Order: sequence, then C-alpha cells, then structure tokens
Amino acid sequence: MITKEHPMTPLLRMDRIPHIWCPTCGIGTAVSCFAAALKQNEIPLEKVAIVSGIGCTGRVAGYMKVDSFHTTHGRAIPFATGLKLARPEMKIVVFSGDGDLFAIGGNHFIHAARRNMDLTVICVNNFIYGMTGGQLAPTTPLSAKSTTSPYGNYEHPFNLPHLAASCGATYVARWTALHIRRLTNSMSEALNKKGFSFIEVIAPCSTVYARRNRLGSGLDLMKFYHDNCEIKNGANPEEADIGFQSKIIVGKFVDKEKPSFIDNMHVGLKRALGDKYIPYGGDDGAK
Amino acid sequence: MKFWRTPLDADKIKVPHGETYVIKERCKGCGFCVEFCPKRALRLSDEFNIKGYHPPEMIGKDECVNCGLCEMICPEFAIYCLEEEEVQVEG
Ligand code: SF4
Ligand code: SF4
Ligand code: SF4
Repeated sequence: MITKEHPMTPLLRMDRIPHIWCPTCGIGTAVSCFAAALKQNEIPLEKVAIVSGIGCTGRVAGYMKVDSFHTTHGRAIPFATGLKLARPEMKIVVFSGDGDLFAIGGNHFIHAARRNMDLTVICVNNFIYGMTGGQLAPTTPLSAKSTTSPYGNYEHPFNLPHLAASCGATYVARWTALHIRRLTNSMSEALNKKGFSFIEVIAPCSTVYARRNRLGSGLDLMKFYHDNCEIKNGANPEEADIGFQSKIIVGKFVDKEKPSFIDNMHVGLKRALGDKYIPYGGDDGAK
Repeated sequence: MKFWRTPLDADKIKVPHGETYVIKERCKGCGFCVEFCPKRALRLSDEFNIKGYHPPEMIGKDECVNCGLCEMICPEFAIYCLEEEEVQVEG
C-alpha cells in the first residue's frame, strides 16, 4: 500500500511545519531520529511528554505531537522533574540546547543527574547560542569565534558526556546528526532506561556557528563529522573532549544500573512511614 | 544493480527496491539526502520550489534500495521512501 504521506506525520504537529530552523541546521535531523525512536518502541504518544527550554532547540517541544511544554530559559529539567513526580507512569524527555541546559540551566542538570532522576535528556549541542545571535556558549570549543569572542574563545568548554557521567547519569551517549541509526538506537535505549539518561547530539548550526567560523554550510559540517568522528563505545568520557574542528569521539560511554530517584524515594518513604505510605502513581512509577 | 563480484546466490537474493517521494514545498535544499544516500540515487533538481530551493529528485528509477536514510536525515521531513515491489536481481 502506498500512502502519499510522510510516515512521521502522526508524530508531528504538521500545522506548524515548515519549522523555523535554518537550511542545513541539524536540529530537524535530531527530531526525526527521536520520532523514529518513538515509533520503533511503539510507545503510546499519550505516555510521552517533551519539555524544552529556550533557544533554537527549545522549539522542538512545539513541533512534536505529544504533550509538550516550552518552559522558561534553563528550567526544562526542574519542570520535567515535577512532571515526572506527578505523572510517574509517563516517559518525560527533556529536549533542549547546550546553552539552555548547561549555562542557564547548568545547576539543574548536575542535580538531576546526581539524583538519578528518571528523565531522558537530549541535548543538541551546536557549540553556540543560535537564536539569540551567536554568543559564546559553555560548549564553544577553544579558539572558535562567536559574536562575543570575535578574536577566538579562550575559555575551556564543558565536555558534556564527562559532566553527565561524573554527576551520576546512568546512561550517557554522544552522536552527531550524521549518525542517524546509532542516535535513534541510543534514543530508544535511553527511553527505556530507568534513571537519568543523557544523549548529546552534535549538530550543525549553519547560520551562526558555521558562518562565524567560516566553516561553510551545515552540509560541510556533516561532511566534517563523516571524516572526523571516531566511534568508541565504552570509552572513558573524560577523554572525549572536543576541540575546534578536532576529531570527535562518539559512542555510548555509560550504561549502568543504579536505583533511580523514584526507587529511592519509595524506599525512603516506606522506611519512614511504613504501611501508611502509598506510592503516588503506583510502585512501577519509574520508567 | 551492479556488483563488483556477482554473489554466488545472486539468483536467489532479492534486493529491496524503494521509491522516494519528495514533498517539494517543504524542502530547504540542504543536500543532506543527496550527499549521504548510499546509492547516490538522488540529485538536486533544477526546478525551484516556492521558497526558492532546489528539491531533490531521483537520478535513476532502480537505484533506491529503500534504506530509509534520506527519510531519517532530512531535517525538514520532506522526503520519504516506500518499498516498491521487490525486483529480481540479474546476475
Ligand atoms: S541559528 Fe543555528 S541552531 Fe538556530 S536554527 Fe539556525 S542553524 Fe539552527
Ligand atoms: S531510501 Fe536510501 S537508497 Fe533510497 S534514495 Fe533514500 S537514501 Fe537513497
Ligand atoms: S534532506 Fe530534505 S531538506 Fe535537505 S535537500 Fe533533501 S529533501 Fe530537501
């Protein structure tokens, strides 16, 4: 049977497509992989919610046809935490950018990872603040140019997988917008993982990052990923630093078991309250 | 389909064959699908869409193997492929 309709139509708010992202921006590809992961797992769409912060990637929540929330800058994780505790049977996904999650919302990220909060966090990292005009982000590689580092960045950037792993995340992976199959598989695994899972998606920002740094278009960056990524599953994330146009180590770095926040909450409250404790949303609250 | 060495079971193996569909008005001409199609089955066409981009088109009729890469990599949800009837491989 041939349907003349894009297979992702049921997962997207088609009335809002075409989206605002620039030509050769990689965010749309990350969304497409996420939609594929949802489809692969046959997760009922009413059991998923997406929370985004502000920024180009912050628009993702608005394009997916699931319950979605566009929160204030940096606050996607605390919002998602509240949502998970109130609706423990749902899969809560935070989909946001590097600036939103690691600068404005940096503290929320480290504490959610420390608690092993039952969330999946997908960070599209394009090394810069796109929407606000190309300012330096905490992920901008050394010597890269941005509007606020016109002579080249001299601050050390975050290594996101290392940060996530050292704060306690139980699932950590990094792929680029080019690694569509591996990224989709990681997203599936993360959706089914208990506790705090984190996926970094390196993606081209053509309009500000590529242009400021004279790297061509997003397509040129995709070709760069093709030639310069090294897949190292299980690598120590500490060694996965990213330099300016340097080799990028990608892979699944961490996949371990550890009681999640909700597990621990049940144990702790049961210990304190005994039979009086009735778990909110049932015992299987965590995903 | 061309092989550099004809597989021994070429007469038994069926290669999937796909047909790609482009939603032309949605395409922003990024070229991801054209560049990364493993069969090099696509190229940017000469025509313009309403936004002024060149949407892709199929080069040959039989090249597409329905791998789904173009559908996944397209940031605009503008291209997808569906399985056509399976074609018999000629050795
Ligand atoms: S500014 Fe950069 S990140 Fe934002 S939509 Fe354009 S290319 Fe993408
Ligand atoms: S489905 Fe695969 S082979 Fe066919 S056009 Fe798309 S990328 Fe090329
Ligand atoms: S990947 Fe999508 S937007 Fe880019 S050229 Fe192909 S069809 Fe057009």
